[in-house]
Amino acid sequence: MRELRLWLAPRSGLVLAIALFLAMFTLYIANHPAGLTVNVATTAANKGVLLALIAMAQTLPVLTGGLDLSVGMMFILCNCLASHIIVGSAGEIALGLLAVLVAGLAAGAVNGAVVVFGRLQPIITTLATGAVYYGLALWLRPVPGGQVDEDLANFMTYTILDTIPTSLVLLAVVALVVWLPFRLSILGRACYAVGSAEGAAYMSGVPIQRAKLLAYTLSGLLAAVAGILLTFVTFSGEASAPAGGTYTLNSIASVVIGGTSLYGGAGSAIGSIFGAFVLRTIEDLLFVFDLPPLWQPLFQGVVLLAAVSLGAARVLRVRNRLELFG
Amino acid sequence: MTPQTTPQPAPLLRLAGVSKHYGGVTALDGVDFACAAGTIHAILGENGAGKSTLIKIMSGVVEPSAGEIVLDGRPIALSGPADAARNGIVCVFQELSLLPDLTVTDNISITDPPRRFGLIDGGAQRRRARALLDLVGCADVHPLELVKNLSLSRRQMVEIAKALGRNPKLLILDEATSALASADVAKVHEILRRLRRDGLAILYISHRMHEIAELADVCSVFRNGRHIATFPAGTRSDDAIVELMIGREYRHVFPPKPNRAALPPPILAIDHLGWEGRLHDISFTVGKGEIVGLGGLDGQGQRELLLALFGVLSGITGRISVDGRPVRPASPRAAKSGAVGMALIPEDRKTEGLMLPMSVRDNISIAALAQLTHGLIVDRAAETRRVNEMVRQLSIKLGDAAAPVATLSGGNQQKVVIAKWLMTGARIILLNDPTRGIDVGTKQEIYQLLRRLADAGAAILFYSTDYDELIGCCDRVAILYQGRVQRELQGAELTEHNIIASALNLPQAAANGAGA
Repeated sequence: MRELRLWLAPRSGLVLAIALFLAMFTLYIANHPAGLTVNVATTAANKGVLLALIAMAQTLPVLTGGLDLSVGMMFILCNCLASHIIVGSAGEIALGLLAVLVAGLAAGAVNGAVVVFGRLQPIITTLATGAVYYGLALWLRPVPGGQVDEDLANFMTYTILDTIPTSLVLLAVVALVVWLPFRLSILGRACYAVGSAEGAAYMSGVPIQRAKLLAYTLSGLLAAVAGILLTFVTFSGEASAPAGGTYTLNSIASVVIGGTSLYGGAGSAIGSIFGAFVLRTIEDLLFVFDLPPLWQPLFQGVVLLAAVSLGAARVLRVRNRLELFG
Repeated sequence: MTPQTTPQPAPLLRLAGVSKHYGGVTALDGVDFACAAGTIHAILGENGAGKSTLIKIMSGVVEPSAGEIVLDGRPIALSGPADAARNGIVCVFQELSLLPDLTVTDNISITDPPRRFGLIDGGAQRRRARALLDLVGCADVHPLELVKNLSLSRRQMVEIAKALGRNPKLLILDEATSALASADVAKVHEILRRLRRDGLAILYISHRMHEIAELADVCSVFRNGRHIATFPAGTRSDDAIVELMIGREYRHVFPPKPNRAALPPPILAIDHLGWEGRLHDISFTVGKGEIVGLGGLDGQGQRELLLALFGVLSGITGRISVDGRPVRPASPRAAKSGAVGMALIPEDRKTEGLMLPMSVRDNISIAALAQLTHGLIVDRAAETRRVNEMVRQLSIKLGDAAAPVATLSGGNQQKVVIAKWLMTGARIILLNDPTRGIDVGTKQEIYQLLRRLADAGAAILFYSTDYDELIGCCDRVAILYQGRVQRELQGAELTEHNIIASALNLPQAAANGAGA
């Protein structure tokens, strides 16, 4: 019992996000005219997974106590790049996919290098690099357009065996191949250590610089995966600044709803996945209850405020008021 | 080997001519020092003697400005704490190096966890944590508990377990028992004796003299950044050790103290004050026109006491009264209000005292703006007049009052902090080590200013880590030890010997004997 309690304590945010999502999704399905059909599930999954991937990307810098305001722009940049090069023979497609992933890695690595070696604040660094990445995206796609291999796109946005949405499988694979090894690696834990108390981490001999570099680089990789998926969904590329900005802000909201501390050091990308699902389901709920979609930001804001308030409960326990400003 | 050589164990770690300068300040000065495997080596010295710099150099946190570190006969250069740990030098720091949001298990194996297929092996890591926790006698700590949920004393034990898990050859304990209950201290001592038998070299920094007497084989005394003496433990009396620790290079010039037949009427009275296990049963008064010193080693609750009086801490017990009326300020804003009239000159002027990018004028007037406002508008003319008056009164050297305060020298910055609080017309002035890191000339101006303020009727509570200041500047001094007032000294009792002996919690008979 104590074991379970201790195991749950640091995961309370995750559990809450899962519960919230299940409740909201059940409500959505119960009121959907068609019920839980494969089509309904696939549409929900495709939208949810896009934000979930970007929220995962955001989680890594946040865990180190930083923030990545460029995730949305890296996502858009990779979308524009993918709309050029994921066509042709199987070999060309594979090479194109690889190139987009490498581009995402490189963009993330630049963020990390500036933060670590330039010792600049993450917020201003990624605000600036985000603008650069958006500039590159515009250069690649001055007007919306492009194309992508249709068979692959259809496969990725429909289902496997006519039951499971492929995008959900993609998300699970990313979680298993990127997140899980990260969580269980020394550098991954170093990211938590840096976010928890950077000075103590240094005193303990934790590789602080490599940890931060890894967090931002992987963030770029995950944004690239999302960018590829967006290309499959829209069959094109578009350098849309509003989309980039909205995804960035929603990724931060998802991270918070998923129980990751914006101070760093606690939380997980799995929580952020469910945080993203929660945000997405709000939109669907407005739809089934016939409420104007204009209300969406208002409801998202209320959910976000509630999530942040839960995290702020610690303030009530502080005995030295100076610590409130630390 | 020549016959007259006594069989000394070869030193494990040796420092040769090590110095460390911070800007113009010398923290360590040509130190030769050695410690041997299989011994517990105590290091003694008062505040600022160079102990912490010594430890930081050994554990790779700072690089020496000059000199050589020799480990096992070969010279080494340490690039950081990680490098020191690879060389077998592990330090249990006084400010804990634990990560609050991680589990005990993760903390213990933070840099080198057991791995399987390159990834952290959770089960093995937990068993390792369990074994190390049992080794230090912490059966009550669950390996999955988050460190932030542990009490300070448990954290300290986890810190020790973590250090042992790194298989050190040289283990440095910097005040590692300061937060422990006596049962835990006994356990730690038992472990240290076992490690000594296993051939570790142990450096033990503590201000608890009886622990050192119980545990150490060798003692070294530091003073003013120099290594003064090393001798086998038990060959010198406590008194003789205190004498070794005393000794200053120069004396400041202090303004004369008033002669008083009786204590003046108290303005500030503190009665059985306590807070969160860090302050216990503190009672004393500060009278009109008095400068009362707070002394003792660093971190004995002096800072918390000042913060408690100034309304920063919540959950304090006991009574605080001003002019006989009980007060309980709930914030610095309430503490500085007319009814209480307190001012706190904080310890870290850069973070708590000044807004560095703002102008000198804005910094000086910020706490007294309420008195300079007509309706909603600040009266700029009156502000400038009052600020100029302060600048003149404190002889702050500046080109332009509109320049950012960051452009001033450290001493002048400190004067700005003081000016800011004097402008509020406070009658109770709390000072947290106001002369740390500023030049001698400014120090003396501050002493004179304090005496002038006291003569004008203020009550001044003055925490200083410099014993000389306490003796020269204060009418009475309360020495704190582990959050309690250990002793109150005044008049002829106010000697360096008595201050150090009380700060180290030595029996009073010994202290009086030598002080008389």
